Amino acid sequence: MNNRAVQLLNRNPYLLSLLLLIIMVVINRALQDNLFEIGPLNGNLRVFTPAILVAVGQTFVVIAGGVDLSVGAILSMTNAILATQIPQDATGDVFVRALALAIGAGLLAGALNGFGVTVLRLQPIVTTYATSFIFAGVALRILPEPGGRLPRELTSFWRNPLAVSPDFALPMSLIVIGLLILFWVVLTNIRYRQNLFATGSNAEAAYSTGIRVNWVKFSTYLFSAFFATLAALALTLGTGTGNPRAGDQMTLPSVVAVVLGGTRLAGGQGNAVGSIIGALILGLIGNIISFANLDSWVRPLVDALIIIAALAIPGIFGVMRRLTR
Amino acid sequence: MNTSLNRIRSLIPPPLIALMLAVFLFVFGGVLAPGFTNPDQAVNIARLAAFLGIIAAGQTLVIISGGEGIDLSSGALVTLGAILTYRLTGGDDAMILPALLLVLSVGALIGALNGIGIAFLGMPPLVITLGMAGVVTGVIYFYTQGQLIGRTPPAMGRWLSQALIGPIPGVIIVWVLLGLGMWVLLERTAFGKQLFAIGINRTAARLSGVRVNLIVVLTYMLSGALAALGGFVLLGFTQTVFLNLGQPYLFPSIAAVVVGGTVLAGGKGSYWGTMAGALVLQVINSLLLALRVEEAFQLIILGTILLVLLTMYGRQRSVRQ
Repeated sequence: MNNRAVQLLNRNPYLLSLLLLIIMVVINRALQDNLFEIGPLNGNLRVFTPAILVAVGQTFVVIAGGVDLSVGAILSMTNAILATQIPQDATGDVFVRALALAIGAGLLAGALNGFGVTVLRLQPIVTTYATSFIFAGVALRILPEPGGRLPRELTSFWRNPLAVSPDFALPMSLIVIGLLILFWVVLTNIRYRQNLFATGSNAEAAYSTGIRVNWVKFSTYLFSAFFATLAALALTLGTGTGNPRAGDQMTLPSVVAVVLGGTRLAGGQGNAVGSIIGALILGLIGNIISFANLDSWVRPLVDALIIIAALAIPGIFGVMRRLTR
Repeated sequence: MNTSLNRIRSLIPPPLIALMLAVFLFVFGGVLAPGFTNPDQAVNIARLAAFLGIIAAGQTLVIISGGEGIDLSSGALVTLGAILTYRLTGGDDAMILPALLLVLSVGALIGALNGIGIAFLGMPPLVITLGMAGVVTGVIYFYTQGQLIGRTPPAMGRWLSQALIGPIPGVIIVWVLLGLGMWVLLERTAFGKQLFAIGINRTAARLSGVRVNLIVVLTYMLSGALAALGGFVLLGFTQTVFLNLGQPYLFPSIAAVVVGGTVLAGGKGSYWGTMAGALVLQVINSLLLALRVEEAFQLIILGTILLVLLTMYGRQRSVRQ
């Protein structure tokens, strides 16, 4: 590989993620002929949406130099709230009230994390690990067993593609992804972005230039909790039911998605659009493996090897850069 | 209040605070749950804490090594260590030693891969060890094909889990010996000195002649081997294996290290602290069980206590200081 390409990729880590995403899409398309038809496309993206939302929230925390290990538990908790507060005969205002309750509980959880990290000055990794027990406990208290059934009109609104014209329909999840990208673009054009990145790259220097570092850090935990709640909404609407352990397997993949998207775990640099790509890559890897007709006992190993190879790519490029110099 | 807390912390070393806390909670537990405080319970708690403590030994080294050091692959390695022992011995006492050697080698190999990824590819420890946890889990599924064939050699249960000397089970003796070994390693060897040095400042360590990359790889190798050893020892207690055996020990092992006063930023800590931390966590766990608290409240109380413990001595410097 020539020098300029290596340099270009080093300066724009998300280009690498995009390249990886394209490769995954091509492989997936080769294995699954109807990948781009509206049915499978809608279904795939809908299943990926909760992971995408959690990863976007995680990005804020990681850029500010932290990590949130409680996002899965917050998702479980708000999923339990939504599933128990929206009965099968719920009307519009019941739904709105349940959603407000879930978002309130989510933000409260995020505020507890932010309080632990900024006021108590605890390390993010252990703080959010400790609080994840609290949120997981609350989830079990609200909904001890998987259950609840949402109104069909509500779930089908989310499940069915939006018919733009008689022969063109748009998956709802694609609209959500579009809104997320728009949100990130808007955010990166206001002052908050500078404060966020400065806090992550050097908190002391940021503080001495007058940035209210603690408020910035606090806000990132509110963001991650808020997006975990939105992920719970997407999951609840997608499955039509609740599971108090729904988020158990969501936390660590969200960190992987963020890193695959080119955000540095050390903080100070990153991109939420990259995290969306990272979550899509993870989802597609799962898809590819299930379509590749592999023996079911080999699948987890192949899955893990692809993920670790993808995670190692930036490091390999770093070594190549040192060698080409 | 803040300064007095600081003064207490500088007077009493963290491992001692944690140990006192464990003893206090054990005695106080008798008030909450009558009959909780008795010698049998003490031995039982120490035995359970020993498993957690042995698993947390490698985590202690990795965290001391700094550079955001953490080993998230240890839970999966515990499972692999137990499953390998279970299958290779097939219940034959004569196979225990060969199995142990193999388990330690496999753990060291996986740990070395972690260390290489960190030292030479510049991957963050959290990321590569998390990825490696997935790989090890994948290896377990592939190796077992979902069928957990094997048996636990009877001698392992006798030596490790049941009373060996008086009422004391062998695992506690193993744990104390490991504690002595870890003390020698950390405080009396060149490796230990260099480990603390790279934990404080890698550039300074390199400039004073420490081969940083080598120490990092060795540290993760040790961590992998110790996690696998944890799985071997745990099998003596559980007598059976399952695919998710080690995962529940992963984050408690990190919590034990932090509760014991080892600083997550690296460069400062001890294994005595981790041992005391493991005791604290196990007393809390056993007490919650004895109180017959329902699972939801168990989780909430455990999380709250962890937060309180961290607030007592897990605090970082303020940006204003």
